[in-house]
Amino acid sequence: MIVLPRGEAKITRETLGKLRALIGENKIVGMAPYRYQTVKINEQPYIIAGTDLSEAEKNSPFWYIEGEWANSRDTSQVMVGHEIAQTLGLKLGDSFMVQGVKYGQQAEASRQDLSAEENQKRDLARQNFHKNFSVKGIVSTGGAEEGFIFADADMLNELIGDTFRADVIECSIVADAGELAELSARIESEMPELQPRAVRRLTQSQDIVLGKLQALVFLVTVVVLIITMISVYTTMTAMVAERRKEIALKKALGAENKLVMSELLGEGALLGLIGGTLGVFLGFEFALRVSLNVFGRGINFQWSLLPVTIIVFVVITIAASIIPVRKVMDIHPAIVLKGE
Amino acid sequence: MSKKILELKNISKIYGNLKALADINLSVNAGDWLSIMGPSGSGKTTMINIIGCMDTPSTGSVILDGVDISRENAASLTRIRRDKIGLIFQQFHLISYLTAVENVMVAQYYHSMPDEDEAMEALAKVGLSDRAHHLPAQLSGGEQQRVCIARALINSPQILLGDEPTGNLDEENEGIVVDIFRRLHDEGVTIIIVTHDPEVGDVAQRKIILEHGRVVGDIDQSATFGEALKLRGSHV
Repeated sequence: MIVLPRGEAKITRETLGKLRALIGENKIVGMAPYRYQTVKINEQPYIIAGTDLSEAEKNSPFWYIEGEWANSRDTSQVMVGHEIAQTLGLKLGDSFMVQGVKYGQQAEASRQDLSAEENQKRDLARQNFHKNFSVKGIVSTGGAEEGFIFADADMLNELIGDTFRADVIECSIVADAGELAELSARIESEMPELQPRAVRRLTQSQDIVLGKLQALVFLVTVVVLIITMISVYTTMTAMVAERRKEIALKKALGAENKLVMSELLGEGALLGLIGGTLGVFLGFEFALRVSLNVFGRGINFQWSLLPVTIIVFVVITIAASIIPVRKVMDIHPAIVLKGE
Repeated sequence: MSKKILELKNISKIYGNLKALADINLSVNAGDWLSIMGPSGSGKTTMINIIGCMDTPSTGSVILDGVDISRENAASLTRIRRDKIGLIFQQFHLISYLTAVENVMVAQYYHSMPDEDEAMEALAKVGLSDRAHHLPAQLSGGEQQRVCIARALINSPQILLGDEPTGNLDEENEGIVVDIFRRLHDEGVTIIIVTHDPEVGDVAQRKIILEHGRVVGDIDQSATFGEALKLRGSHV
């Protein structure tokens, strides 16, 4: 979701905090405010986007970065868009100087009768800022981002001599298209100074991808359950064959088929219970790792799924055990226990 | 006169063209000690399976404790076996992961309720109190057979049925087991054993000789198997 200020005003830190609280921490993947500032590099205008770099990284884990993401620890290192890097011939580690007009000052156009060096000296002599940056990463997205320089927002504010003011806030939120529309309406009614805009195309395609992913996961689950049933079936068949003598002895001692079968099914159910419990926690650990590596964020443990999963496992185990366990009826103690 | 505990009336067991038992008639009184001998293939095992409710005759009747069980279904035979028969096997058939006392308690579990004190008493009867908490692998063959006897006795069966109970034992252990049978017989337990060993068979009060599925000899304590077999010109 993109949140813009209504009218000419910019977004303050207080508004950002209020918006964060309104959306809810548990739903926010990343919330990066952007301040766009025009600067000059070699007397040519470029735009520097000051942002919370760690939040921007959470929002855009899919950006291709040659080098590394810049961070707020070393504010002299920035990321430049691929287009800028090509225009200026910048490579990783290269330095370049940006100049600009401090906040509230009037910018003056370069004079045509002066050389670029003379214009630069003229700018430096005024109430302007300049700073050297080195390239930590080169951003390739195939979009508008390739034409920006990405730097730490606090550093940029300090550089231009202003407090925090954002032109736009980019939020990544855990929600489907419907929830996003509902959230937009709430923001509009509770924070009229802001204009939320759901990135519909993205959310719709996300929904399609998520839908397909869910169908795929469902299919994988069904396949896993079938494999589990086959595996339990073969294990129980082997177990009944291996314990033929023990079963025959129990029958010789007076155990009825029903009792021996329920004992074996009970063992199967217990194994299903242990396997299901272990499976839930190991599966969660696996899903967490996948989510962290693929989507760049963690997932919450769904406690309500624990009993459901365990019950499904137990039922599957019992269902797969029924046919092998029925073979108990074919075991004749007189034949199996014959002492020859 | 003792009560008739078991009666076989015109029992035959036929497998295809083979007549494993042919027209057997036999009655056993409560407290009797009966040995059944005969060569391999004579029908001993078939007969003991029928008496032990693990098989049914093709024709004839089996009257156990006054009830004809020859036409009962498998589930009913299982219940009768649990309540009235104690089984002793040549190969002991103890559950390997259970201790001696637990093996005895398995029979209690399927009969009524496990009771460790009772199981310990049964083991004491066969002289195994001190080995009660050992696994079968930690017991000698003789000790395992004594556990098997304790397990057979635990539910106070009406008939103690042994299929070659000394077949896997050395002479010393064979003597111990036979002494236990003797003591049980003195206590009034009905014992029926199948054996190849004339020395074990001769201790019984009554001896039955089977050949080709027929009873060819029914002798009392005064004669030995050896003598009876010599008279018939057969051997076991």
